[in-house]
Amino acid sequence: MAAPLSPPRLLPSGDCAVTVEFSRTIDDDANQRVLALDRAVAAAAIEGVIEAVPTYRSLLVHYDPCVIGFDGLGGKLLALAGQPAPPSAKPRRWRIPVAYGGEHGIDLEDVAKTLDTTPDDIVARHIAGDYRIAMIGFTPGWSYLSGLEPFLHMPRRQNPRLSTPAGTISIGGVQTGIQCLAGPSGWHLLGRTPVRTYQLHRNPIFLTEPGDRVTFFAIDHKTFAEQDRAAEAGEIIAELVAP
Amino acid sequence: MSRLIVASIGPASSVQDGGRPGSQRYGLPPSGALDRLALAVANCLVGNAPFAAAIEIGPFGAAFSARDGAVRLAISGAPRNADIDGRPVAHETSVTLRDGETLTLGFARSGAFSYLAIEGAVRGAAVFGSLAVNARAGLGSPYPRPLQAGDEFSLDNASDAPEQRIELPKLASGPIRVVLGPQDDEFDAANKALFLDSEWRISATSDRMGYRLEGPVIKHLHGHNIVSDGTVNGSIQVPGNGAPIVLMMDRGTSGGYPKIATVISPDLGRFAQVSVGTAFRFKAAGMAEAQDAARAFVQLLRTLPDRLRPADSFALNIDALHDANVAGHAVSAVDAGTWQTSAEP
Repeated sequence: MAAPLSPPRLLPSGDCAVTVEFSRTIDDDANQRVLALDRAVAAAAIEGVIEAVPTYRSLLVHYDPCVIGFDGLGGKLLALAGQPAPPSAKPRRWRIPVAYGGEHGIDLEDVAKTLDTTPDDIVARHIAGDYRIAMIGFTPGWSYLSGLEPFLHMPRRQNPRLSTPAGTISIGGVQTGIQCLAGPSGWHLLGRTPVRTYQLHRNPIFLTEPGDRVTFFAIDHKTFAEQDRAAEAGEIIAELVAP
Repeated sequence: MSRLIVASIGPASSVQDGGRPGSQRYGLPPSGALDRLALAVANCLVGNAPFAAAIEIGPFGAAFSARDGAVRLAISGAPRNADIDGRPVAHETSVTLRDGETLTLGFARSGAFSYLAIEGAVRGAAVFGSLAVNARAGLGSPYPRPLQAGDEFSLDNASDAPEQRIELPKLASGPIRVVLGPQDDEFDAANKALFLDSEWRISATSDRMGYRLEGPVIKHLHGHNIVSDGTVNGSIQVPGNGAPIVLMMDRGTSGGYPKIATVISPDLGRFAQVSVGTAFRFKAAGMAEAQDAARAFVQLLRTLPDRLRPADSFALNIDALHDANVAGHAVSAVDAGTWQTSAEP
């Protein structure tokens, strides 16, 4: 018989939100519980809940204090966290093309040197990974993936870059990620994908969901250029495969 | 069809409304007006829905001209000198800008952001139900960026509705209330006390993503890196340098610094109006007090239409007289956020 799950902590996040914390560290089991509670909260349709934001280790629940108070909502969330969660409604797996190295992955050679191997080995290891979107955050579409093999775990850069390109695929700490918009990053840049996880004039605007599975495959830089144009025109590019 | 043309405008001015909550799980911040009460007041004066799209004007001056017809409008939020071709315009009072006339707004006399609502509201193509500008995500309509001279808004000709002013209840002042957490246990008692008992100022590097605070250095108990978790409007995170940042409407939806406290929702607009360099303080509130204040604030928003009066009616408003004659520029920006009303029941 499985041991009972330890209850999460309820942390006040002002008068309109509560953080349900399962762990203080990056922990795959905790993330699974976060995503399970996220599904349970959606299924429960609690009056007053506005939206829920899953992260690695906690679920942030925004609510309207005119409809439900902290204690009332907190009790419901703890009860849901202690019950088996509904199964994922649409388990999905994405295959994401990546142009590794060169101008699209300016840190690939340095990463290989630091880990005492070849750029091809780094790419092969990154492609071999079976990842899950643990959370989406920071900027629109920025998908944080769990499942990076320990060999590729690396501290973040000493000096974060103020600007990194849209579509950057990078590694940092124990994570890898798909960055959608150009922006600052302290992670190591391995490549770029033409896939837009967020694109305004496309249906859907957001491609990925927390909990989706992801694998990467390599494309050459010429294919990247072609697919990048198609993606800009609104094509989805990423392949959706059976989980 | 009238047009309102931006003749001149300073930085930090953009179209804002009630924002677009609902997509934070995809990394999209809610955006929306920094001072929701002020937005609602301006909209109420011209007959719009409370959180209809209006123009959020930064601390510097601006000018707007009417073309091809008249435009009915109202200004709220940070008070500033305002005139139409030399004719003074009252704060928080609707007024009609006739075809060819220009409304000129001075610098914010106190506070930081004013709201210019136009009858019929700003029109544009909503994304997730909102026209609010979020320049980083390329969102906002009719211009997905801060406003510039030459921008224009199309609208129906002004109605002949009578001009209105608004009577707001007793105005709030005093410390900005916060609820401690979610990571206040990342700070020892001395540093929590230092945060709550110190005088703070807003840094000039602040923007709609976050207000940086200047004051004492707040030290962490276990270092400044936590595993990222979700943020809200008003989250107060403390990065490695110990200078707190209050996250605002264009914030990242997750962050990896400990959050010592959260500004309560009814005080967030008042906080957003604290001008750069002005001293203010925080004060801890319990959850029950914070949620009572939040409900009272919503109740106040609901009563705004009942507070409208004919513009030419006279009422002796002791508080307004006091503010106008006595407060002037010497008062702290917190106290000077006088259009804000107390959320105390």
